[in-house]
Amino acid sequence: MSKNNSEYLISRNNKQYEVVIGLEVHAQVLSESKLFSTSATKFGAEPNTQVSLVDAAFPGMLPVINEFCIKQAIKTGIGLNAKINKRSIFDRKNYFYADLPQGYQISQFKDPIVGEGKVVLDMPNGQKEIGIERLHLEQDAGKSIHDLDPKNTFVDLNRSGVALMEIVSKPDLRSPDEVNAYIKKLRSIMRYLGTCDGNMQEGSLRADVNVSVRKKGSKDFGTRCEIKNVNSIKFMQMAIEYEANRQVDLIEDGQVIDQETRLFDTKKNETRSMRSKEDAHDYRYFPDPDLLPLEVSDDFIENLKSEIPELPDEKKKRFIEKFKLSPYEANILVSDIETSNYFENVIKKSDVKLATNWIIGELFAALNEKNLEITESPISAGNLSKLINLIKDGTISGKIAKTVFEQMMEGDKDPQKIVEEKGLKQESDPKALEALIDKVIDDNRDKATEYKSGKLKLFGFFVGQVMKVSGGKANPQLVNEILKKKL
Amino acid sequence: MSDITKQSLSELVKNIKNKKLSSKEVTKAFIDRSEKSKELNTYITENYSIALDSAKKFDEKPNLDLKLPGIPMAVKDLFCTKNVRTTAGSKILNNFIPTYESTVTQNIWNEGAILIGKLNCDEFAMGSSNETSFFGNVQNPIDKNLVPGGSSGGSASALAAQLTPITIGTDTGGSIRQPASFTGTVGLKPTYGSCSRYGIVAFASSLDQAGPMAQNVKDCALLQEVISSYDDKDSTSIDFKRNEYSKELTNNIKGKKIGIPKEYRVEGMPKEIEELWKKGIEYAKDCGAEIIDISLPHTSYALPTYYIVAPAEASSNLARYDGVKYGFRAKGENLIDMYEKTRSEGFGNEVQRRIMIGTYVLSSGYYDAYYLKAQKVRKLIKNDFDEVYKKIDAILTPSTPSSAFKIGEKKDDPVSMYLNDIFTVPVNLAGLPGISIPAGHDSKGYPLGLQIIGKAFDEQNILNIAYAIEQKINFKNKITDWWIK
Repeated sequence: MSKNNSEYLISRNNKQYEVVIGLEVHAQVLSESKLFSTSATKFGAEPNTQVSLVDAAFPGMLPVINEFCIKQAIKTGIGLNAKINKRSIFDRKNYFYADLPQGYQISQFKDPIVGEGKVVLDMPNGQKEIGIERLHLEQDAGKSIHDLDPKNTFVDLNRSGVALMEIVSKPDLRSPDEVNAYIKKLRSIMRYLGTCDGNMQEGSLRADVNVSVRKKGSKDFGTRCEIKNVNSIKFMQMAIEYEANRQVDLIEDGQVIDQETRLFDTKKNETRSMRSKEDAHDYRYFPDPDLLPLEVSDDFIENLKSEIPELPDEKKKRFIEKFKLSPYEANILVSDIETSNYFENVIKKSDVKLATNWIIGELFAALNEKNLEITESPISAGNLSKLINLIKDGTISGKIAKTVFEQMMEGDKDPQKIVEEKGLKQESDPKALEALIDKVIDDNRDKATEYKSGKLKLFGFFVGQVMKVSGGKANPQLVNEILKKKL
Repeated sequence: MSDITKQSLSELVKNIKNKKLSSKEVTKAFIDRSEKSKELNTYITENYSIALDSAKKFDEKPNLDLKLPGIPMAVKDLFCTKNVRTTAGSKILNNFIPTYESTVTQNIWNEGAILIGKLNCDEFAMGSSNETSFFGNVQNPIDKNLVPGGSSGGSASALAAQLTPITIGTDTGGSIRQPASFTGTVGLKPTYGSCSRYGIVAFASSLDQAGPMAQNVKDCALLQEVISSYDDKDSTSIDFKRNEYSKELTNNIKGKKIGIPKEYRVEGMPKEIEELWKKGIEYAKDCGAEIIDISLPHTSYALPTYYIVAPAEASSNLARYDGVKYGFRAKGENLIDMYEKTRSEGFGNEVQRRIMIGTYVLSSGYYDAYYLKAQKVRKLIKNDFDEVYKKIDAILTPSTPSSAFKIGEKKDDPVSMYLNDIFTVPVNLAGLPGISIPAGHDSKGYPLGLQIIGKAFDEQNILNIAYAIEQKINFKNKITDWWIK
């Protein structure tokens, strides 16, 4: 395998293969109730406690569209720079399974609510555009639980009927890294919009991954395999890597690739065949006669457009232009709506450059160590901003600030108070510093002589001694100046 | 009063309002007659003791402002009724007791009526003779071993036999109008979207519509006024201005333009039906209506279209009966085996036949040739009606191509059975209202019906025409109580 800066290629016998990837991302719509019923959608509730008669498909029960979910899907479409279809149709996808109470899933087949769009990825070697084929709404199924009883399967219908957006990309992705960036970008956009919480642990975001390979330079697509229901970015990357290599091996061995559905075994780190194309279900899609075609007006869409917040791409641009951040810094700060909100709150009253460094450096490291999200940060934006001002106006040194910061992490304390209580204020009185410096020189006569005779490296030693004696509070700049005179 | 059950709904309502009769007397009279009429096999589930309690309660504190004050009533067993078993005529729902009430029946109870039982019907409303019911054939009170029609066969039979003063059925391809015609009663299939489908066991969602069945047009109008409502629990329910049909009922139809479609003169139609139709035309003229010959060119495609669309929807609607959540479950080796055994044993032959047809026409490779084509033809059929309604107000046709037939006569010939719906099916495909009224008898003394088809949402107009013609015809049902020993 070779990884030069820009290309992910698989080499075999002096031939290079390119990997072609398309994703079908299933994103759970952030909504308190389900797509066609009023049941709650909270994660982790007791089994079968969020199930209405509609969700359990009782005789004579009918679906009624949840308007909020429609708005969420359209907003997401706008966020993906996509065409919003004013007329869309809900279809029935028919198949039997114990956790599919209706015997069909209500989905959108021929006429999805959102058409073609695109997202832009920031890759190390520049930007890359990934096409979106479509976004459609569908119901989730329930959950079959096979490991609670040796003979029986249990069914939990809490998820049954929960609204999902299936976001289908064009086969534009070419490497596991791009997949990583793509998922993160989608997640970021949807979190900005408040249309999906993107929580992969809770299954709010998962994907079917289509993988094929072709000789580098070839324009034709190879036969693809679909890896079903992968629920973390890491597993997606591992699955792609395994699957692409498997396909290359087959081709090199003179075999053909069967179009099939595969699953990724996370324990063995391999993909395995689930069913071949011949065994594929015939879902017998047809328009759901219980639901009329969904029609939305221009006004409806325009109103939603006016509710769209500034999205990561625009925000990044603004941060770079207005705050003179580097693209690298801006990328980090806009990747998550909560981070960018925090950043903007801090810089309301403090220096942008210092704030950027402190958030990306100290704060992220400290949060990471404690395994906390920015929303759970013990240090509020207001107090971080105060700390930065204390540094800026010379009340404390950068070094002391780190001590104060550590204490702030223990609980959201006002840095001003910490400085006062612990007497950490920087010593900037030249007379006091002179006295201190005189004493240090006096205590280290021999070193002072050496310095004067040309051993200039010893200057650092004296600075260190002064800082030590002052308990770190001496203003380093003044110490430098005075020392130079005195020595 | 010994002849309580002979009274029409309007008379019963009047007598209860005037305190000449109590709800309990009326309820008991219909229950007693029902008890004596077990041979008709109209009931699947009886609700007699609860009904009598409810009647007693009503009498203690009668609300006489209601439209159906303390009126007992049995309903087709396709309507889910809270805490009362609802089977849809199928083994697969043999033990199913809903925890909820259909909107249509709720509307009825809200007006003071009392449920006395659930009436037999073809399994999942699939049939034209009530012979597909898991609970056995229903006898037509007109004659022994005569089918009452279907699928609302139990409803029509109970109504004609005076076991219930009024009733409701559902009509997907003629299931109210054909049995009404076979039993000498009045049945209305309202405009699609007039009555909520919430809580009605679904057969074919785009065609199903609940409707009233009664002894006469006025009672039918009153019941339609009660059951029709806009319902946000049914996305296909339509919010339009609903009349007080019974109050606005009039026999003045002077100047109304009534169309006679030439395509309904089908080959092999019995002379008696032809005669009946002519008679109906004369009566309409007598009432001052203008008769206009019209053409509905795509009529001959209606039946094949219906037998693609309806089974397609049914095959999907009935997927939920899988033995997992409620209803009958057969033991199986594994999930698939359980499904197969449950559905093989739980569904009867006709239901299985339609599920197979429906599955076939939706299958990939056949979808375009069947389902999609059928949808296109359906549109053409609707266009036919839209076109003629530019010039006319209503259409007059026979309700059925024949009178009631003997039990078993067509059981092994599904196509001949399907032909029964030839005059009623186009109305469902176009989503229009249609009413069948009794108009005469054939040589065997069996009733024959005439159908009046209206514009969408124009129930009032066809009720008025039916009301006017009814008064001219002065039909009397010939019922001998042969089943009461």
